[in-house]
Amino acid sequence: MKPRHKRLAAIAIGVAALGIVVALVLRAFNENLVFFFTPSQVVAHEAPEGRTFRIGGMVEKGSVKRQADGVTVQFTVTDTAKTLPVSYRGPLPDLFREGKGVVAQGKLGPDGVFRASEVLAKHDENYMPPEAAEAVKKAQQTAEKTSRTLAK
Amino acid sequence: MSARSIHWFWYASPQTFYPLAGAIGRLAAPAAAVLALVGLYIGLFVAPTDAQQGEAYRIIFIHVPAAWMSMFLYVVMAFWAAIGLAFNTRLSAMMARALAPTGALFTFIALWTGSLWGKPTWGTYWVWDARLTSELILLFLYLGFMALQASIDDTRRADRAGALLAIVGVVNVPIIYYSVQWWNTLHQGASVSLKSGSSMAPIMLWGMLVMALAFWMYSIAVAMARVRCIIRERGEA
Repeated sequence: MKPRHKRLAAIAIGVAALGIVVALVLRAFNENLVFFFTPSQVVAHEAPEGRTFRIGGMVEKGSVKRQADGVTVQFTVTDTAKTLPVSYRGPLPDLFREGKGVVAQGKLGPDGVFRASEVLAKHDENYMPPEAAEAVKKAQQTAEKTSRTLAK
Repeated sequence: MSARSIHWFWYASPQTFYPLAGAIGRLAAPAAAVLALVGLYIGLFVAPTDAQQGEAYRIIFIHVPAAWMSMFLYVVMAFWAAIGLAFNTRLSAMMARALAPTGALFTFIALWTGSLWGKPTWGTYWVWDARLTSELILLFLYLGFMALQASIDDTRRADRAGALLAIVGVVNVPIIYYSVQWWNTLHQGASVSLKSGSSMAPIMLWGMLVMALAFWMYSIAVAMARVRCIIRERGEA
């Protein structure tokens, strides 16, 4: 082996070893790298209790209720398996919508309601013109209707 | 060495590469300008409004190509740094040095535009999720590389120290790319991937790809200009 090949091999082995080390460290810290917990994880007591953490999921359709004071909002976050009621006082981001993604930071109350101090909207990676979105929505509604009539 | 292998490495010498770099730069610079104009025209005038985000999504035409280039340039820089370290080729180390400022610029643009995009859509300029944090680390890697090389007077030692840092930092690139799959992040997943194609309207995708090509040509043009300066500085032209 020529010295330069030795150096190349040393670099390759070094990068590979470093990659493995980083992979193991990231695995070990996996829980701390999670930006939010899902309602299923909260229900399964995997989220830190008594401490501030974030939850993420979809705002359940038809669950958003504004209280009489006008600033408190209550809604349910779902990951389609489990749901979690959330209460929040403050302004909501523009993209906060029913059926869309949301990330909320706060604490879990003793009554099982998540008291959020901050609510962020999590949008998806799909981009399309409004007409296309409308068409997709219509197609879904028709499909739902068809499956419903078939079930009968 | 045989005559053939000498021919193969003809442009590995700074002296012969110097005029070639000039020629490449002269082609890449106008290409970058034309592609950027076409890309921005598609992005700002042709592409339709987004159903979910309205006009705010249009920053994607800068944000995503800049983020792609920030990661890609780092890999190219680390590649040249590794070649320079292994084979002691002078030009490779100069290439690594020439790419760093452009990579840092694109990383900064990606972070900055992302922050401007985050406020109206997510509701915040910054969060410490895995994608944003690893991209910020990338910026520090670029800045660290440049600072380290600038702090050592002996160019050979500076190149070697920088190369080591560049190679170590390359593990961060797959972390940035896969962060949105490996962990729960506020940042959405990739809209364009080799495996599952694109989840964007075709015209939006085209605008983004043309802009990516424009940034690519820009990177080539400025890297070539910079490498020519470095060759001259080191008295090898």
